[in-house]
Amino acid sequence: MSAVTVYVPADAGALAVGAQAVAQAITAEARARNLDIQVVRNGSRGLYWLEPLVEVLVDGQRVAYGPVQARDVASLFDADFLRGGKHVLALGATADLAWLRHQERLTFRRVGVIDPLSLHDYLAHDGYAGLERALEIGPAGIVKAVTDSGLRGRGGAAFPTGIKWKTVADTDAAQKYIVCNADEGDSGTFADRMLMEGDPLLLIEGMTIAALAVGASQGYIYIRSEYPHAERSLRCAIEIASAAGYLGTNILGSGHTFNLEVRRGAGAYICGEETSLLESLEGKRGQIRFKPPLPAHKGLFGQPTVVNNVLSLATVPVILQHGAQFYAEYGRGRSRGTQPFQLAGNVKYGGLIEKAFGLTLAELIFDWGGGSASGRPVRTAQVGGPLGAYLPRAHFDTPLDYESFTARHAMLGHGGVVVFDDSVDMAAMARFAMEFCAIESCGKCTPCRIGSVRGRELIDHIIAGREVTRNLATLRDLCDTMISASLCALGGMAPFPVLSALEHFPEDFVRAGRDAA
Amino acid sequence: MRSIDETDLGTPAVNNADSVSLTIDGHQVTVPAGTSLMRAAALAGIAVPKLCATDSLEPFGSCRLCLVQVEGMKGTPASCTTPASQGMQVTTQNDRLADLRRNVMELYISDHPLDCLTCPANGHCELQDMAGAVGLREVRYGYAGENHCEQAKDESNPYFTFDPSKCIVCSRCVRACDEVQGTFALTISGRGFDSHVSAGLEQDFMSSECVSCGACVQACPTATLSEKSIIERGQPEHSVITTCAYCGVGCSFRAEMKGAEVIRMVPNQDGQANHGHACVKGRFAFGYATHPDRITSPMIRASIHEPWREVSWQEAIAHAASELKRIQAKYGKDAVGGITSSRCTNEETYLVQKLVRAAFGNNNVDTCARVCHSPTGYGLKQTLGESAGTQAFDSVAYADVIVVIGANPTDGHPVFASRMIRRLRAGAKLVVIDPRGIDLVRMPHVEAAHHLKLKPGTNVALINAIAHVIVVEDLIDHDFVAARCDPVAFEKWRKFIGAAEHAPEQTEIITGVPAAEVRAVARLYATAGSAAIYYGLGVTEHSQGSTMVMGIANLALATGNLGREGVGVNPLRGQNNVQGSCDMGSFPHEFPGYRHVSDSATRILFEAAWGVTLDAEPGLRIPNMFEAALDGSFRGLYIQGEDIAQSDPDTQHVIAALEAMECIIVQDLFLNETAKFAHIFLPGSSFLEKDGTFTNAERRISRVRRVMPPLGGKADWEATLMLSAALGYTMDYDHPSQIMDEIARLTPTFTGVSFARIDQLGSIQWPCNEQVPDGTPTMHEETFTRGLGRFMLTPYVPSHERSNDKYPLILTTGRILSQYNVGAQTRRTSNTAWHREDRLEIHPHDAETRGVVDGDWVGIKSRAGDTVLRAHVSDAMQPGVVYTTFHFPESGANVITSEHSDWATNCPEYKVTAVQVVKVTHPSAWQERYRRFSDEQKKFLEERSSLTR
Repeated sequence: MSAVTVYVPADAGALAVGAQAVAQAITAEARARNLDIQVVRNGSRGLYWLEPLVEVLVDGQRVAYGPVQARDVASLFDADFLRGGKHVLALGATADLAWLRHQERLTFRRVGVIDPLSLHDYLAHDGYAGLERALEIGPAGIVKAVTDSGLRGRGGAAFPTGIKWKTVADTDAAQKYIVCNADEGDSGTFADRMLMEGDPLLLIEGMTIAALAVGASQGYIYIRSEYPHAERSLRCAIEIASAAGYLGTNILGSGHTFNLEVRRGAGAYICGEETSLLESLEGKRGQIRFKPPLPAHKGLFGQPTVVNNVLSLATVPVILQHGAQFYAEYGRGRSRGTQPFQLAGNVKYGGLIEKAFGLTLAELIFDWGGGSASGRPVRTAQVGGPLGAYLPRAHFDTPLDYESFTARHAMLGHGGVVVFDDSVDMAAMARFAMEFCAIESCGKCTPCRIGSVRGRELIDHIIAGREVTRNLATLRDLCDTMISASLCALGGMAPFPVLSALEHFPEDFVRAGRDAA
Repeated sequence: MRSIDETDLGTPAVNNADSVSLTIDGHQVTVPAGTSLMRAAALAGIAVPKLCATDSLEPFGSCRLCLVQVEGMKGTPASCTTPASQGMQVTTQNDRLADLRRNVMELYISDHPLDCLTCPANGHCELQDMAGAVGLREVRYGYAGENHCEQAKDESNPYFTFDPSKCIVCSRCVRACDEVQGTFALTISGRGFDSHVSAGLEQDFMSSECVSCGACVQACPTATLSEKSIIERGQPEHSVITTCAYCGVGCSFRAEMKGAEVIRMVPNQDGQANHGHACVKGRFAFGYATHPDRITSPMIRASIHEPWREVSWQEAIAHAASELKRIQAKYGKDAVGGITSSRCTNEETYLVQKLVRAAFGNNNVDTCARVCHSPTGYGLKQTLGESAGTQAFDSVAYADVIVVIGANPTDGHPVFASRMIRRLRAGAKLVVIDPRGIDLVRMPHVEAAHHLKLKPGTNVALINAIAHVIVVEDLIDHDFVAARCDPVAFEKWRKFIGAAEHAPEQTEIITGVPAAEVRAVARLYATAGSAAIYYGLGVTEHSQGSTMVMGIANLALATGNLGREGVGVNPLRGQNNVQGSCDMGSFPHEFPGYRHVSDSATRILFEAAWGVTLDAEPGLRIPNMFEAALDGSFRGLYIQGEDIAQSDPDTQHVIAALEAMECIIVQDLFLNETAKFAHIFLPGSSFLEKDGTFTNAERRISRVRRVMPPLGGKADWEATLMLSAALGYTMDYDHPSQIMDEIARLTPTFTGVSFARIDQLGSIQWPCNEQVPDGTPTMHEETFTRGLGRFMLTPYVPSHERSNDKYPLILTTGRILSQYNVGAQTRRTSNTAWHREDRLEIHPHDAETRGVVDGDWVGIKSRAGDTVLRAHVSDAMQPGVVYTTFHFPESGANVITSEHSDWATNCPEYKVTAVQVVKVTHPSAWQERYRRFSDEQKKFLEERSSLTR
């Protein structure tokens, strides 16, 4: 009998709940029992309440067990899990898990499935099919496909990716750059990390296609320092791709050159903003640049530069492989394709859900998330990271697409959803938004640098019941100033959670004041 | 704080031939495309509130006060960062904008001390102005919130303080340090509310990389960075534009005054040499002018071994005249002479040479250019036909390759250096040819493509090797040579330089520079676009100084790097008016305008104008004067503003010559080293005390304007007039402008120059005459001054000054940023905080073999003499070479230097002296003697009998 393949995720989220110990225990147990197994360290399937999720390949089908702890391993062997045996942790065939079955995984189709650092696995699962197609249709064809697909920047700004690429392609310069923004700093988001850990070659393929499209010969992945596993995974994948001729000079005999480097950030949230990121990449203090000029005209080292989020770039190969039309058929309104939503916070079933735009927030939180983890009523959800608005239950019917959210003074951002139950103190959450901005501001512009501190202090006064009416009026005025006068989106959007809390949960502010009084 | 008399357009001018028209608040405005909305508005007389923007710096967009509304554009873009475009409709004032601005200002003030009335910037604070402009009436946040108001001041710099409690984090200081100065000493540390200006790595200013240029102080919109002089004395009330009296960059300044007291010097934004920038000397080190050491009364004494006696001007002048007449009667008319000053004005210099030629009746006049750039004058005259640099400083902005030879611009010519490194940061390639690792070789965002670290004294071998590669590899600009150069001389030169002995592989053993590096530099210089050479005293102060200058000119001729912007042969001249003193006929063989005294047409012209008969024979050069003094034929010397006892080589020889003379008249601000050997002392006047002009290294004639009365009662030119009259030759001028009018009448390159014209144009680069009424920024554009460019043969002849077992090291000398030449001025300012003593720089290897560690006393002995300095072990040196500055007389740097000099011009070979260095415990015998003598002379000064007592 040949070796049985056992999958134990090496995803940082899985590792955080004991996957490493589980993998070691399985290896040790198999040796002790003299069983021939092969452990593959895959990415996560994104069902985080089930991690560590162990899978076994039985008769060509993967069978899942989870959440597995090291202490469960012996009993799994006892239950003959290598043959799909029954066990209290048995979940059945992975493919049949409803949570996965109902997703529309295009970008994440390989994550959790393959060995992330196996080029063989990658190729066997349609890897580099997008690049091959890209080489056939050439730069103009690529830009057209990406434009026609309707792909918009998944970092949160939702700018049409094809138009950005066309701008860079049309700008004359001897040197152009592709920069991947992997500084995934929003609270409640983890899709970039999962993808870089679980399918790093996909990102490399996407960047290579971008490079072909615009005529760039050098790329950088700017990754946050808090992602050591993803960084290691990317570095290995770059070596693998380079060794196989997918990176470097004369890619696949095409005559094109594209070199790729990973650069680690230094822990500043603001470096997720593209111009700060470019400053940091140049070795300078991560501080916002004013626009214009756009990075597409004058970006890294003053040269035309594509700056795209991990998900945007990683979505390109599937568009190229299956065509713009295929991708554009998913989605709602002007939000085409799928979005890997990240469900977190006080929620029963948290994890990654890739779905076409258009399901409602309620569906996501209740149908997928199963409501709160605490069992108490869900009161609100913050969507789009720490600068996103808090939505009240009354707005949970909002379809998850860019325009619908904008219409409700909210934003989809990077697709992170953080759920809160009714114990949440919204005045404290509003205070946190200002405090976050105060800590993470680059310090360049005045509304953000000083305004965020004054905002926090005003909310402190309100909470303490000092001149509540007057301070609330000042706070609203300050929010207006920050929104209109800040240099970038940090200062410009930090008021959104504050205003949404004031708008939808005014009682928390008044209560706070009354309690203190 | 900006000058009290300047307006700020917010963002820099844009150089663009295309223009756009737009409407701002209903006014039609046309500006060059790319101009910011803020500047466009300012040009239309519309002031948009601003704090982080200033027109000397690139826009930044941080303060958010300058928000405007533009029809068709979303939101409220910042006017400083938004370029004007055709047809834009801009609104700079409405209720919405007023609210936003007031709210932003409210945030600023919520973190700012409210001590305006006692603040040094009160009345000239941009924050205060803007609070007024936006109508801030209350701070709803109160003042009890988190703030920076209690932060401690950094007072470490002697000239300015840094008060972080007043900082609004606009980054203007940081940007000025980066963009204008290029030192990158400042940064913003911390994030968010903790963002703060930090010198270096959270150091105080003095411990950081800061070079105290003051650009940050000037850029600061609040009192955060303030001159201590303003803190102590309050704000100036008027300003006068004048020209710096330090180096040959010739920066234009506004002397900001309170009555007759200079409060501060602010570089003039309209200054054509410096464009609003300055260095630690020009901006801050002006206190010497009112230092207690100033001597303000004439003095005489019978011998140098007795105390001085203060006398009236009349008595001093009468005594001087009678002594000169006595000497001439006794020893002949050639027994006296004069030395003009490169520190004084053109007009004063002109008068001194006129005095010597017309009143002394001989040509015994020389100037300190003898010891610095006389080879430049000679070499460029021979090859190009004019004794001056070919470019304006602005030209460097167009260079693709910059070659710096034997110059240390960041120390010697700091304001020009900042321009140069700005260009280098923008991508021009740099070649440094210097025995030392000067700062330019590697500094923030600048790195030399090649540093040819040659052995001192081998310049000519190296330049020949570069030329050889250009000839042999046929990198010659044949079209240029055919059109512009003397074909016979070129062919001769081509044959000469093509000889195998000049191949870099052959010269490597002489110069120590690898052949491959030489070849790479030759190719870069010849083929990489516009290439400019900048050079200093490391080229001229050699036994082959003139040869090297011609070698440089040959290179530029062969590659067509002359006659347009971005190229050229550019001597970085040392002193404020050394170019001018040469132009004004300070050399014994030349009348003003570099015309030989033997040329009868010129002589007749001057004889007619001056009403005297002039000598057709060249007079004595300074070293000849010394020799003649020692042989008894030269007995009297009038020295205006030069300190030959400290600055000339072989001090003991100079002193013997001075001691041999019967009448030495010194006119100076201080009792300098030479004055200690003088019999008559005339109080000099500083540049603040007189009217006149200085001519800088780019031939730019700029006005010097009197801002205070002469402390000694007379400007230098007035003293010369008195002396001349007492000698029986009356010169009749009421004002220096009349002297310039005479110069213009008699000098073809100056015929268009007058004070009125300079006032009109700001400054004038000569030649300026009927053909070129606005002056000549770039020389030799169509033809060379001498017609065809002439290649000169430049055989390499090794210096006589060679190292051997007894003197195994080569000493070379140079300057440092904070001190200036003989130090008479800067030693009397707080600049000593940076440099209190001269030290001997020595390579770690040479130090170790001698058991010398940093700070040890070391004896330096040459064939001429010996002295003792403290050692500074530094790997900027190459093994076998040591280096010192020469700013302190007790250092005795010139006790060691030799009598060798340039074959053509007698320029001393300061840059090559064979020495031995040993660890010692005592000062040298010379230094002991010096101290005793100096103490005695100080006593003679202190014990002088007072005129009034």
